[in-house]
This record gives sequence, C-alpha cells and structure tokens, in this order.
Amino acid sequence: MLDHILSLLIFFPALAALFGFMIQKESMRAYGISVAAIEFALSLWLWFAFDGNVAGMQFMENLPLVPSFGINYILGVDGISLFIIILAAFFTMIGIASLTDTPNVKNMIITLLFLQMTMVGVFAALDAIIFYIFWELSLVPMLYIIGAWGGPLRIYASIKFFLYTFAGSLVMLVGMLFMAYFYYQATGVWSFAILDWYRLILPESLQLWLFAAFFIGFAIKVPMFPFHTWLPYAHGQAPTIGSVILAAILLKMGTYAFIRFSLPMFPDAAAFFMVPIAIIAIIMIVYTAMVAYAQKDVKQVVAYSSISHMGVIILGTFALNVEGISGSIFLMIAHGVVSGALFLLVGVIYDRRHTKMMSEFGGLAHVMPRYATIFGVMLMASVGMPLTINFVGEFLSLLGFYQQSHILTLLAGTAIIVGAIYMLAAYKKMFFGEVTKEENKNLKDVNKREWVALLPLAVITIWLGIYPNPVLAPIDNSVKSVVQLMHNKATTELAKDRIPNLVKPKVVIIEKTIIEEVH
Amino acid sequence: MLAPINISLDSLNVITLAPMLIPVVGALLILMIDVIKGGLHKSLYVVLSLLFLSMDFFFLLDASEMFTQNGTVLGMFDVMLVDGLAILSQFIIVMASMLFIPLALTHKRFHEFTYPEFFALFLFMISGFQFMVATDNLILIFVGLETASLSLYTLIAMHNRDKSFEAAVKYFTMGALAAGFFSFGAMVFYALTGSVEIHKIALVLTANGYADIGYVLVGVAFMLAAFAFKLSLIPFHTWAPDVYEGSSASMAGYMSIVPKIAAFVVAMRFFEFLVHSGIVWLDIVLYAFVVITMTAANMWALVQTDVKRMLAYSSISHAGFVMAAILIGTTQSNSALFLYWVLFTFTNLGSFTMLWISRQKSLPEHQMSDHSYDKFAGMIKTAPVPALIMGLFMLSLAGIPPFALFWGKIYMISAAVTSGYTILALIMALNSAIAGYYYLKLIVYMFMKEPVVGNDGHVYVSNATLALKTIIGIAAVGTIFAFVAINPLLEFITAFVYNSGY
Repeated sequence: MLDHILSLLIFFPALAALFGFMIQKESMRAYGISVAAIEFALSLWLWFAFDGNVAGMQFMENLPLVPSFGINYILGVDGISLFIIILAAFFTMIGIASLTDTPNVKNMIITLLFLQMTMVGVFAALDAIIFYIFWELSLVPMLYIIGAWGGPLRIYASIKFFLYTFAGSLVMLVGMLFMAYFYYQATGVWSFAILDWYRLILPESLQLWLFAAFFIGFAIKVPMFPFHTWLPYAHGQAPTIGSVILAAILLKMGTYAFIRFSLPMFPDAAAFFMVPIAIIAIIMIVYTAMVAYAQKDVKQVVAYSSISHMGVIILGTFALNVEGISGSIFLMIAHGVVSGALFLLVGVIYDRRHTKMMSEFGGLAHVMPRYATIFGVMLMASVGMPLTINFVGEFLSLLGFYQQSHILTLLAGTAIIVGAIYMLAAYKKMFFGEVTKEENKNLKDVNKREWVALLPLAVITIWLGIYPNPVLAPIDNSVKSVVQLMHNKATTELAKDRIPNLVKPKVVIIEKTIIEEVH
Repeated sequence: MLAPINISLDSLNVITLAPMLIPVVGALLILMIDVIKGGLHKSLYVVLSLLFLSMDFFFLLDASEMFTQNGTVLGMFDVMLVDGLAILSQFIIVMASMLFIPLALTHKRFHEFTYPEFFALFLFMISGFQFMVATDNLILIFVGLETASLSLYTLIAMHNRDKSFEAAVKYFTMGALAAGFFSFGAMVFYALTGSVEIHKIALVLTANGYADIGYVLVGVAFMLAAFAFKLSLIPFHTWAPDVYEGSSASMAGYMSIVPKIAAFVVAMRFFEFLVHSGIVWLDIVLYAFVVITMTAANMWALVQTDVKRMLAYSSISHAGFVMAAILIGTTQSNSALFLYWVLFTFTNLGSFTMLWISRQKSLPEHQMSDHSYDKFAGMIKTAPVPALIMGLFMLSLAGIPPFALFWGKIYMISAAVTSGYTILALIMALNSAIAGYYYLKLIVYMFMKEPVVGNDGHVYVSNATLALKTIIGIAAVGTIFAFVAINPLLEFITAFVYNSGY
C-alpha cells in the first residue's frame, strides 16, 4: 500500500490540477483547500510510516524510463528530505487557504497545485535526470505566478527569475552528463541514479570542476551572494502567495541539493572549497543584512533578511560535520516556517493598505494588537531568539562550523546579532509610537482566514523551538550516514581531516568504484 | 554494332526504388485525375496524397525489416544505397509530410490548394528528398536535391502574396548558387579520385594519404558552402527568415524540418570520413559554423517582432545545434541527430501549425504582420486551450523537461561530453538559456499581458478545422509524452545508425 506513496504524493496534486479545469469558479477555493489538505494528510502519513531509526532511503520506487541511457524513475526519502516534503505540503495548504481576493483565482490554484507536484518531486527524486526535470519544471508555475499576479515590474522580475535559474541549471546539467559519463567509464553502464553516483570515487582534480558546475546551478537557486540579484525583484513583485512559496520551499531546493549532491559526491572538493564558500556565506549574511537595513519597503526587508539567513544555512552545510549539516537542515525548515510566516504577515497589511512602505505605518500596535503580537513572535524567531525554531538551527549550524574555524564562526555570529538591528528597527517603525496616518486608525485586526494560516505557524515556531527532537532525530540519523560516507570516500588529507570519522573503532567497508584516469 | 547489354533484372534489385517511385506514381495519378475531370475539391487530393504517403511508409517498414535482417542493400547498379541512415531519414521525411499535408484542409480558402499541381509537386518533392538520402552517389544526390528544390520553390510561390514571390525568387537564387557550389565540389572530388561515389572517394583519398590536400580543401570548401546554404548555417542563412516569412506558416514549418534532415544525412555521409581524417582545418571551420550559427541566430531571434520570424531564427539555431553532431561524428552523436530531429518534427511542426490556424485573410489595423507578438497578447483570457498548447510547444523548444526536445538536447550534449568537447557542451547548454528568452517572450505575451481591445479570441482558431486540430493534437501528445517513447526510439535509431557504420 505504501510502496507507491511517493508517486502518489507527487502526482496527486497534478491530477487534481488537471481535474481542476472542470470545477466551477466559485467552488475553486474549496476544491484547492481540500486537495491540499488531502496532500498534507498524505505527507503526515508518510511521516507516521517513516522509520526514524533507519538512516538510508525508504519507500524506494524504481521504474525504468530510458534504460539504454541509464535514466530511471527512482524515488525515495530519508530524514533529510522527509520534513521538507511535509513543509511543502503544509505551505501549499495554508497558502491556498490564506489566498485573498485574487483575480483569476482558478488559474492561480491550478498553478499552485502543479507547483506542488514539482516541489515534492524535487525532494523525492533519487535519479539526477528526474531531479532535474522537476527542478526545471518548478520554474514554469512560479514564472506564471509572478508574471500574472505580480506588481508593476512583474514581467521583468519573472523573466529575470526564470533566465537566471535556467542558465545556472543548464551548467549543472552538463555537470550531470559528465558525472554519468565518468560512471559509464568506470563501470561500463550508463546511470543517473544518485545512489550509484555515491559509490563513485573521483580524483580530486575532476571533483573540483564538477563541484563548480553543480555549484553554479545550486548557488543561483539559493541564492548565494554574487548571484542573489534576482531574488529581491522576484520577492518585490510577486504576490504574497508567490513570495511565501518561493521563500519557504523553492529556495530550499538549492541548499537541499548541496547536501544531496555536492557533499556526498565530491567530499574532497567540498573540503577544498569550505573556506571560500564560508566566506561567501558570511558576506551574504553581513551584506544583505546591511542592505535590508536601508530598505523602505517592509517586504524588501523580509526578502533581504531571508537571503541573510540562507547564508547561515550554507555555513552550516559546509561545516561538513553532523552538527552543522543537521543544523542546516533543521534551519531550512525553520527558515521556511518563519520567513513564510513573515511574508504572509506582510501580505495581511498589504491587503488592508495596499502599500508596503514602512513610512506609511506607525503605531499599528494600538490598532491591531493581535497582528502586532504574531508579527512580534515571528520577528523574534527570525532574529534567532532562544526557544524559537530558528535558534535551534542557527545554534547547531554555528556550533558545527565552530569546530572548523573559530574566527569565521565568531564573525558570522556577530553578524547575526547585528542582523537583529534591522528587524527591530523595522518593527519599531511599523508598530510603535503614535498612529500618525489617518488611514491607519480604523484598520481591522487579523480576521478568521488569516488566523487559520498564521496560528499553526506560530505554534510550530514555538513547539519546535522548545522540543526539536521529533524532527531533529531522524535528520540526525540520515546526516550521520552521509558524513560517514563522505569520510570514507575522501581521498585527500585535508578532507579526511575536516570530515569527522563517526565510527572510530570499527572499519566500515563500502563498495568503492575508482576510476584511474579520465580524459 | 554494339553488343546488347545483358543484365539480369534480379541484380538490379528494383525493390530499392519502390519507396521513391510511390510518390511519383501518386503525383502522376493526381495530374491524370485533373486532366480527366478538373475542378475537384482539395480534400480529394489531400486524401490521395495521404494514401500514397502511407503506402510509402509501409514500403519503408519493409525496407527497415530487410535492413535488420540483411544489413545494407545496394541496387540499380549500386547507385541506390539503402542503409540505416537512408531508412531513418526517409521515415522522418514521410512522417513529417503526412503530418503536413492535412494542413491544406483549412477553414479559409487559400488559393494554392485549389490547384492539383500543388499536391503533385509536393509528392515529386518527397521523392526527390528520398532519392537524395538513399544514395551515396554525388550525381544522384544532386538530381534528388534539384528535383526537390525546384518543386519547393514553386510551392512557395503558389502562396500568392507579394512576399511569397519575393521569397520564392530569393530561395531560387540562393538555391541555384548552392547547386553551383555543390557541382563544383563534386567536380573537384571527381578530378581527384575518379569517382562520384562517396565511399570510393573516401577509399582513394585515404589510400593516397590525402596527397593533394590543397585540392581536397577546395572541394571541401565548396561542399561546405553548398550544405551551409541548404541548412541555413550562418553566414549562408540570409535567405531563411525572408523565405519563412513569405511562405505560409505551415510551409515554413515543413521547410524547417524535411529539407534539412535530407541535407543533414548527405552531410553526414560526406563529412563522416573527413572529420575522422585529421584535417584540422575542417574541424575548426565546422566548430565555428556550429557555434556561430547557434549563437548568432539566437541573438537575432531575440529582437524579432514577429513570431514567425522568431521561429525562423530559432530553427536556424536548432540546425546549428544539430550540426554539432556532424562535427563530433560518433555513433552517439549521429543517433542524437536523428532523435533530436524526430522530436523537433513534432514540436516545431506543432508550433508552426498553431500559427497557421490563427492566420487571418487580412490584417487588422493595429497589427503589423501576420503573426506579430501583439496578436497573442492576453491569449490565455480569450482562448485558454490554444494558449496552453502554444505555451507547451514553446517550453519544449526551449528545452524544458520533460517535454520532447529536452531529451534530444541532453542526448546531444551528452554526445559532446563523451567525445571530449567540453567547451562545446557548455556553449550548447548556455545557448539553450539564451533561446529561453525569446520563447518566454511569447509566453509572456500570451499569459501575462492584457488582450488587445476587440479581440474575442476567435482569431486564434479562425482557420481551424478538425483536420488541423487533429494534427495539433498529435503534435501536442508527441511533445508531452515523448518520455515514454524515448527508450524504444533511441534503441531503434542507435541500432540503425550503428549497423550502417556511422
């Protein structure tokens, strides 16, 4: 029964979207919410059936697609991908539930359901080409969401978003084709299966090039510092729902792919590039925090702060030890919840005032106390206050990196504290002081529909902040096996040194496939 | 007195001629019907052409069975050469023609379809292309090429618009130049080796170790120019956009597929031994052709204001992309060429057909050309289903997975990777990103802009009939569900290419 649950999770929303064309306009929202709720229930069932003590892949499916070229439809989840899939299902559900008056709501919901298919597909795929298919396909619905429902510059923003990511992922595709070719040279069989690629040990010089090819694709998606310029436009122009999904799920594809592809496949290159990437990550944290401070538009503040926190995720990932990687995966979920919630909150005020300029607000705490409270909770979570969800992830990420470099961690830690300044400043401008504008005096507080979306997020924020173990334990198990694999595969001294060996007394033998020389 | 020549009919292997003769018979029959009773409706001729093409198809199936059992077959004094390449390319030619010919059954009346000669010429043209690919004799290639081209010029001119005559004359002039280059090249090789058959030319040249390298290069240069004209490689592409614009959208779609696959097969036969002969000059020139054609055509396509012209430049770019297969010259790359072209047939013919069903008889005031981008503004609101289908074809052309062309693209790039052309692979990949922009532009117009006032969406399907919709349906299904067919297709193509020694 559960053998095909992943396929069901992927294609159920797509099927529902196709049938959605038949639904009458007024009933569309109810249809969308029910489909997303069923999908979320399915994803919870997946979690229920998931064995948290198993480190490897579960619910594997394997179907030949183009066997003569080594492309197979392979799916599976482990602790790393499980929670991001649940998060994707969850955010689609509350995203649809919180949709305010949208023109063409039917098209929007159909698009969102297609988007959900691609999101779940990316995180469940275990074949590089299947991964690539969903990865690219996810651009199309997002392009439409930004381009059709966005602000005045929406067409520019949507095309920039599409072309940037598309160009990056084509370089990644060339990298994948090389990887498959090296596998072919070593074994005589074409294969794009990620688990097969894990067994391939490449010489360091090749690893560096392939790492770079994959890096371009992933770094644009994250987005990392020099490639981040598409994101503020995309966030600035996208409708609320677009920003929420983008920040909560789509950006995670990049950081997830680092852990799924770059680290286990190229451990030597990962160790080699650790310091430069950490420096980029710190630049990302500091620079975008400073830019955020200069913004007048509250949505841009949230957008830049979201980039800034992605920097911490990258830092944790490239700590290359269990604490760092587990922390970064946990922070991915935390960042999804918190920044998704912040974008929803910005959407709430935008619906009432149709402006996002902070100078237009002031003293909102008097008029909308409940709104101010929720905003405050999320803001505290965002700056990483203890007992909130972000704190756990940030702390673990930094703890992990502390073992690699004290100075860089110290820098990053300070930068995060400084980052609190702009968030608090923004909060002050919007919520405290006297109500200066006449229009703000009669704003309505959070309504029922918005409660439905925001309350669960606030509960999760605090619950997982206090007791992260149900999520952290399965993540930890899977990450341990990834780190051990990396340690065993590493060939250089540097990598052996940086990637810890988890099983000290025992000798673990994994199947090795070495290629001697590659042209 | 001359002694009578004794040849047994068996040794001629006349059956090798069958696939080419069927369209000729069909064309003659159509002409005869017209002589006996004129003024018949076009549907008769369309269906007759379809019947003859299906018969052609069945003979090709026979030929392919023969090939899998006995390998390459020669016939007619060893002039006919029925190998895997010939069969594969004839499959593509006949299939594309079968998809094209029902497009004549439009809702509006276009005057070229009222002439039975249109259909007769069309069938003559197909047999010309079939001759061209099923031989390695340079003279027969030339005859086939000219038969096909002369018919094609006439078909374009029959569209009867100012620009159509311009297009036909332009194409004719350029085609004549190409024919001149081809015959000059063939002459040089005949002078060098005493043969007009490609495999013998290869044998002689290899045997004497390319002694007269200077003459070889002259010959290669002429041949290259001839192929570049036919394949519209830059800088010999100047005719292509104007000719596409002047001819009807359906004809333009057809021209971007069938003549090119025929030229690709000839180029493959001709350059196969040359690229492996170690002539560095040829490698460099071909490399330059591939890269410049891909990139420059993409740049031009970016600035077009008419969708048909944009598609014209895009098909030049695709031709450049596929030309890489000839440069790489491995079994994988040659198979990739055929795979790509099969998939391209569905997608490209589909997108041109979408233009064809939206063809108006006269232009409204705000519209500068037949298929300007403005015309498609806000199409999703007024005609959602055609807009979705058109968007699908654009995504496929851009190489978004899992739609048809993506599979052709990765297999081709993989062929480049496998043969060590790393930079070329990167250039090919990045060109797909550039191309993404102009395909997106149409999607942006269709999905994100407001419709022009007074446009009720009828214009997008004004020319549609059941026949045209069926063709679009076939193209769309082929584009979406390509992933199911890739594996059998790839195995079939690779077996055929490999067994013909390419």
